[in-house]
Amino acid sequence: MLDRDDKVSSFRLTAIQYGLLFIFLVLAYGLWRLQVVQSNLYAGLAEKNRIRNVPILAPRGKLLDREGRVIVDNYPSFSALILRDSARDLIGDADLIAQGLHLNPDDLRERIRRFDGLPTYEPIFIKDDITPDELAFIDSHRNELPALDVIMAHRRLYPKSGFMAHLIGYVGQVTDNMLNQPQFENYNPGDVVGVSGVEKQYNQILMGQNGSRRAIVNSRGREVGHLDETPATPGKQLKLSIDLDLQIAAEEALDGKNGAIVAMDPRNGEILAMVSRPTFDPNDFAVHITRDEWTKLTTDENHPLLNKAIQAQLAPGSVFKIIMATAGLQEGIAQDLKVVCHGGGTFYGRFFKCWIAAQHSSHGVVEISRGIYQSCDVFFYTLAERLGIGRIAQYATAFGLGQKTHIDLPQEASGLMPSEEWKIRNFNQKWYAGETISVGIGQGAVAVTPVQLARAIGGIASGGVMHRPHVLLARELPDNMIPAQDSSNVVRVPIDPKNWEIITNAMANVPSPLGTANSAHLQGIDFAGKTGSAQTVSNDARKILTSAKYKDNAWFVGVTPRRNPEIVVAVLFEGGEHGQFAARIAAQVVKAYVEKQRRLPTKLAQAGQPVEMAGLWNQPPAHDGETPGLKGARFHIPLVRRMAPPAAAAPGLH
Amino acid sequence: MTRSISFRDFDWWLLALVLAICLLGIIEIRSATSHTKFAGAHLKQVYWIVGGICAMFLLSLANYQVLLERVRWMYLMSVGSLLAVLVFGQKYLGARRWIKMPGGQHFQPSEWVKLILILAVAKYFADLQQKELSWPDFLKAGLMVGAPMLMVLVQPDLGTALTYLPIAAMGLFLGGLRWKQMLTVLLFVGLLLPVAWVKVLKPYQKERLTSFLNPDADRRGSGYQVNQSLIAVGAGGIWGSSEGSQTHLMFLPVPQTDFIFAAFAEEHGLVGALTLLLLYFMVLMRLTQNAQTAPDRAGAFVVMGVVAVLGFHILVNVGMVVGFMPVTGIPLPLMSYGGSSVLFMFLALGLVMNIRMRRFVN
Repeated sequence: MLDRDDKVSSFRLTAIQYGLLFIFLVLAYGLWRLQVVQSNLYAGLAEKNRIRNVPILAPRGKLLDREGRVIVDNYPSFSALILRDSARDLIGDADLIAQGLHLNPDDLRERIRRFDGLPTYEPIFIKDDITPDELAFIDSHRNELPALDVIMAHRRLYPKSGFMAHLIGYVGQVTDNMLNQPQFENYNPGDVVGVSGVEKQYNQILMGQNGSRRAIVNSRGREVGHLDETPATPGKQLKLSIDLDLQIAAEEALDGKNGAIVAMDPRNGEILAMVSRPTFDPNDFAVHITRDEWTKLTTDENHPLLNKAIQAQLAPGSVFKIIMATAGLQEGIAQDLKVVCHGGGTFYGRFFKCWIAAQHSSHGVVEISRGIYQSCDVFFYTLAERLGIGRIAQYATAFGLGQKTHIDLPQEASGLMPSEEWKIRNFNQKWYAGETISVGIGQGAVAVTPVQLARAIGGIASGGVMHRPHVLLARELPDNMIPAQDSSNVVRVPIDPKNWEIITNAMANVPSPLGTANSAHLQGIDFAGKTGSAQTVSNDARKILTSAKYKDNAWFVGVTPRRNPEIVVAVLFEGGEHGQFAARIAAQVVKAYVEKQRRLPTKLAQAGQPVEMAGLWNQPPAHDGETPGLKGARFHIPLVRRMAPPAAAAPGLH
Repeated sequence: MTRSISFRDFDWWLLALVLAICLLGIIEIRSATSHTKFAGAHLKQVYWIVGGICAMFLLSLANYQVLLERVRWMYLMSVGSLLAVLVFGQKYLGARRWIKMPGGQHFQPSEWVKLILILAVAKYFADLQQKELSWPDFLKAGLMVGAPMLMVLVQPDLGTALTYLPIAAMGLFLGGLRWKQMLTVLLFVGLLLPVAWVKVLKPYQKERLTSFLNPDADRRGSGYQVNQSLIAVGAGGIWGSSEGSQTHLMFLPVPQTDFIFAAFAEEHGLVGALTLLLLYFMVLMRLTQNAQTAPDRAGAFVVMGVVAVLGFHILVNVGMVVGFMPVTGIPLPLMSYGGSSVLFMFLALGLVMNIRMRRFVN
C-alpha cells in the first residue's frame, strides 16, 4: 500500500466498502426470503390477523298453537360488556358502571382484576339481559365510559308463570358433553339448543342455521369493514296441535293442584292440551338460572321439572277396569258374569275389600255395566280371577299400557304392565295368583302414564283404534322433516260392537247421578269416562302414614261423545283422594272444548281485551311502587271477534 | 494553502440522497400513522428535518479542526451530562434517559455523546500517527468509548450503548488494528457474553433476545412485535400492499419509529424496500468516498465514524425487521420518526460536509 503517512489505509477503506456491500446483500436476501419465498405464508397470516368470522345468529323458530297464535317468541336481549383494549383505568370507572347497571361495585372491581392477565381483546361480560333504563345509561355514557358496550342476542320468550312449560321445554347452551355426541357434530360451543320438551324434540327444525360475516378488524378487534356474508337461515316456526283455549282451560282446572292433564283428539292423536303441575318458569332458564333456583327446582319433592303427563308412572286404579271390562267381554267371560258384593270378597284365601266398604255399604248383585259405573272392586276381582294375569297383561299391553306411546316429546316414561314373565325375569320369582286380584283393579305393580291412559281409553271409546299421540301438527311440515317413526301410527285392537256399546254406555253413566263421578255431571254434553283412586301406599302403611303425601291419587279419563269421541281427557290429580275430584277437572276441560265447538265465546273472547301471553321482568318493582322495568318484550293473544252463532250440528250433542 | 471554503464544494449529491430518504420517511410516517393517535407526526418530522438541515449548514461552517482541538472538553462535558442523567434524569418507561430542559423539551444526551465520541475517537487515532496499534493505545481507545457506553448501559439503554461500539471498532480498524489483536478481542468478547447475559441484561432485554430466537413462543407477548413485523414485510410481497394492511390496521405497534422499515416494506414491497436499501448504500459509499478525499487523517476518521454509526443502525434495524436481529430499539436513521435521531444524523452530515469543503485546504 502506497498510502501517505497522514492518510488512512485505503486498503482498509475498500475492505469496509466490501463489508458494507456484504451487509446490504444479506439484508436484501432477508427481504427476498420474506417477500418472495415466504410471501404467501405471511399473506395468509396477515389475512388471519385481520379477517374475523362473525356469526350471524339465526333466530329460533316460533311456536304457534293450532290456530296460529303465538306461544313462544323471541325477543332482543342486550348484554353489557367492558372492552379492555383501551388503556383506561377500568377500576376507576367501576363505581359509575356498577351504579348504572345495578351491580355490586366490589364484585365488579374483582371481576375486572381477574381479567388482568388475559389478552386485551377479550371483553368482560358484566350483565346479561339488561333493562331499558340500563341500556339508556350505557347509551348516555358513551363519552365518559367508552369501554362500556352492549351486544344484542335473541332470547326465547316463554309464556309467563310456567304456562305450558313442560310441553314447550326450554333451551340452554350446548354442553361439552353434548358436543361429544355424534348427533351434535355440527354444533359449536355457545350454540343454544333445546334442552327439554318440544324445544328439544324439534331442535333441528327450530334452530335454523347460523350465518356468518367476514369482517375486517384492526388490532384492537374493532371492525373497520366487511368482505362478504352468508345470511342466516332462520329456524322454522312450528304449529303445535295444542289449542290455546283448551290449554288455558286445562291450566286453570289444575291450578293449585299437583298432577297432570292430557287432552287428545283420539281420531288422530293430536294433543290438544297438556299440563303438568307444579310448574316452573322456563324464562328463568333463558337467561341464566341461579344455583339456588336450580337446586330448588331439582330437589322439590313435587318434581316441578317432571312432565307428569308423560313421565309420571303411577298405578291407574279403577280406570284400569275399562281394560279389564274390554278383556272380559272380548273373552266372553264378563257378559253373563254376576257377582254379589258384600263390601269385599275372598280370593285365594285372602279377603279383598271393595272401596264401598269404607262407607259401610255394599254393591249387592253387580253385572258388568254397574261394575263399571259404580266401580265395584269385587266384580273386577272376580273377573281378574277368571281371566288370569296372562290375558289381562295381553289386553293391557295391546292397549299400550306399560309401553311408551312414542309421543313426540323427549324422555317419555314407559310405565309397567306386570306379567308372569316380567316377575320371573326381574325378581326370579313365580307369579302369585293373589297378585292378579290387585292388578284387576289397577293396583299392584301396574304403573301407567297419563298419556298412556288417554290413548288406551280414547282408543277403546273409538272402537279399538288408537293413534300415536303427537304435539306437532304434522301436516305443517314437509314429509322429510317429520322425525323417523319407530312405531306404527295407528294400532287397531278389534272390539265387538256389542261389547263396545256396553262399555261406553257404562262409562257415560259414571258422570251421572248413578255413577262414581256424579258431581262431574255435565248437562247437555255426552260426557263419559272412568274414575280411579289409586293407593300410593298399602292399606297397612296408610294407618301410619297419614300425611297428604300418601293420600290416594285421583284419576279420571273422560271422553265426549261416548263413542267415536272427538276428545279424550286424562286427569291425574295427585293426592286427590277420590276419582270424582279428578272427574270435575276433566269436566272443565271437556266443557271448554264443547263450548268452543258450539261457537260459544271462549275464555279469551270473554276477556274483552287482549290477553298478555308473556312478559318478562328481571327486577322487582321499585319501592316507590312504580311499574317494574320491562326485561324483554311481551306479546298478546289478540281479542277474538264476536263468535259466530252455534253451528247447526254442534258436536257433543248426540 | 489559504483557499477559502465555499458551498460549491458542498456534497450536494450526498444531500440529495439523504433528502430523498427523508422524503420517503415522511411519506411513510404519514401513511402509517394516519389511522392512529400519532396522526400528524410527519409534520413534526418535517420540522425536525428542516431544523437538522439548518444545523448541518451551521456546523459545516465551523472548522472541524477547531472542533477537534476542543474535543477533550466536549468529551468531559458529555460524560458529565451522562452522569447528570443518571442522577437527575427523568424516569420514563423504566429507564432514566432524559433530562428535562427549561423549555419543556426532553433532552437525551446519549444521542449527542455519539457525535462527540466520533470526534474524540477520530482525534485520538489521528494523533497516534502509527501504522500499527499498540496494546496500551488499544486499551485507552477502548476505555474512551467504554466509559460512556457503560453509563448508557445502566440507564438502561442497551440499544444506544451498542451504537457506540461501531465507532470504537471503526477507529481501531482504521487505526491499524492487527489481526492478532482482532482475534484476541473477539475471543474476549466471546467469553464475556455469557457473563453479560447473567449480570448486565435486564429481564425484558433477555425476553427480546429469546423471542428473537423463537418468535412463536410468545405470540401475544414480547414476540408480538417481531411476529407482526415479519407478517407485515412478508405480506408486502414484491409490489407491496396497502389495502387493509398490517400497518393500517394497527397490528404493527408504533410503526413510525423503530419499525418504519417494516411499514415501508409492506406498503411498497420488495421493489420499494430494495430501492430504499440502495439509497442507503449509495449514501454510505458516498461517505466512504469523502473519507478517501478527506484533507487529513482526522477528517477521514470522523467521516468513517459517521459511516460506522449509520451502517450499524441500518444493519441492526433492517436486520431486526427481516428477522435476523433481536429487537433492540434502534431507529432507522433518516426514516424513523424522532427529533434526536434526525438531529444527530444531520449534525453528523454537517461534520462530513465540513470536512469535504476543506478537502483542498491543506
